[in-house]
Amino acid sequence: MPNSTPTSSSLQISIFRRLTNNLATAFAIMAAILVILPLLAIFIYLLIKGVQSLNWAFFTQLPKPPGEVGGGMANAIVGSAMILGIASLVGIPMGIGAGIYLAEYGRNVFGDVVRFTSDVLNGVPSIVIGIAVYSLIVVRQKHFSALAGSLALAIMMIPTVARATEEMLLMVPNTIREAALGLGIPKWRTTLSISLRTASAGVITGCMLAFARVAGETAPLLFTTLGNQYWSRSLNQPTAALPLQVYTYALSPYDDWHKQAWAGALILIVMIVTAVGAVRIVTSRGTLKGAS
Amino acid sequence: MTAIPTLAQAATERKTVAPSSVLQRVRQTNPRSSRIPDAAFRVLILLTAVSVFAIVAFIVWELITKSQPTLHQFGIHFFYNDEWDPVNDAYGARPFIYGTLVSSFLGLLLAVPLSVGVAVYVTEMCPVRLRAIISFLVELLAAIPSVIYGLWGIFVLAPLLRDYVQPLLAKVLGWTGLFTGPPLGIGMLAAGIILAIMVVPIISSITREVLNAVPQNQREAVLALGATRWEMIRMGVLRNARIGIVGGIILGLGRAFGETMAVTMVIGNSNEISKSLFAPGNTMASVIANEFSEATGDLHLAALVEIGLALFLVTLIVNALARLLVWSITGPTGRTRA
Repeated sequence: MPNSTPTSSSLQISIFRRLTNNLATAFAIMAAILVILPLLAIFIYLLIKGVQSLNWAFFTQLPKPPGEVGGGMANAIVGSAMILGIASLVGIPMGIGAGIYLAEYGRNVFGDVVRFTSDVLNGVPSIVIGIAVYSLIVVRQKHFSALAGSLALAIMMIPTVARATEEMLLMVPNTIREAALGLGIPKWRTTLSISLRTASAGVITGCMLAFARVAGETAPLLFTTLGNQYWSRSLNQPTAALPLQVYTYALSPYDDWHKQAWAGALILIVMIVTAVGAVRIVTSRGTLKGAS
Repeated sequence: MTAIPTLAQAATERKTVAPSSVLQRVRQTNPRSSRIPDAAFRVLILLTAVSVFAIVAFIVWELITKSQPTLHQFGIHFFYNDEWDPVNDAYGARPFIYGTLVSSFLGLLLAVPLSVGVAVYVTEMCPVRLRAIISFLVELLAAIPSVIYGLWGIFVLAPLLRDYVQPLLAKVLGWTGLFTGPPLGIGMLAAGIILAIMVVPIISSITREVLNAVPQNQREAVLALGATRWEMIRMGVLRNARIGIVGGIILGLGRAFGETMAVTMVIGNSNEISKSLFAPGNTMASVIANEFSEATGDLHLAALVEIGLALFLVTLIVNALARLLVWSITGPTGRTRA
């Protein structure tokens, strides 16, 4: 206790003050424990229940009809990979582009507008993005598709990537840009191969965080990709996705599906924790510190 | 500022190149030749920036146009009618607004003391070695997808509540009327608890940021006057940081308002307003998740979109307010991720 320094002054601190001090300390420690407890509980349950129901069939087979035991989520795993892959292909370049604009050209009113709207976009509930993409693509095409889901996720990735890119580019010293321009290198080349390259560790961090954020999203997929019990033959069809499958299985009345939901959740969390862990490694080795 | 190895490396590698050849190449380059690619690059980059703006504008536009039918038919009544009956095309959103408000505030009530406590513990009390670990664990809480919270809520939290917590609450606090009815496990209480767990990382990470922004000499000044550690935290730190903490809390509120999947899975999905926290309910986000893909009538769809529009506007206002408050402490450069 810090209040026990010199003996003469510790006598002057009343019992009441000492008691509140100790109570406050106890409360803070308890708060820390109470916050970490659910985290541990979730991870322990995921591990125990998930590992129990993981088997080879889970990765290789299609879901069985309702009520039948067995089957797997092969189509959902592939579907998720496809949807996330396309989302990243669209969302990351757009986000990096917007970030470059904000850092290199955006010192004006329009830059502030974009900065503000990207913050707004970051705060839009994911289900609302789902509604917007539904009315843009699903209503016009008259059917659900993996592409629509990818677009919804891509939209959610843009603001995170953009702000991380901007932040990292602003940390690149101006002298480097001036040096490059002084050598006669055109501005676009300077931006891409000098500034962006220097900031790459931080930008990659931003992209990984955006990916991790989007990987577990279910709400925007509910009425864009819809889900599918079979393999989907094209990107233009309803497609199964891991989070969707976990959601439907968790709410189903079948025990076997509950088990598979835990297994799916475990795969999902392993994927996300790997992404977040990769961020830590990249940032600890990188040239510029990451966004966290 | 750290050194920039990429450039330094490039410089050392280029040493082998005769300086004259580099100079020659620079001289040969026509200064005008870079103009067109530069302009093209600028346009391309501008396009991506414009598209961010366009996406938000498009979302607002879609929400407004698609909700026209109910906007016209029900007007402002939409938000305080409490009848939601797709069969007879009667739509009032009050049960969902009530559900969103109650579950979110319940979540905040539980989350605020905990997250401020954690932030205070991490910044002011805990040993340096624990500091990074606890912050990392709390941030990991933010990385868990909301379906997994929902899954855990259904199979772990709800039975726990049903068998132990709810009977106890009913016995001790049943007289308040908030804890009556059959203990189902799922319901408003479960939704509030799940939201609390999900909101803690946001509030605590911002509180931590704000507490770190309080100048060290404030702490030293209060300690020098003979304060205990708690008095130092209360007078020297929390008092200076309170606006930022309130900002963090409001940001958490914005997240709680928009949270969909976990809440949908544990709230029980009932369109009735009930005073008891044990009763099932529905939030604005959860009713969209539940009914949107099955909505057949145009009016039903429009009603759901209008709820989405309301949700969008509320989270917009809440987030803007929160950001202003946080910025007033840490400055606009202070990073707030949420």
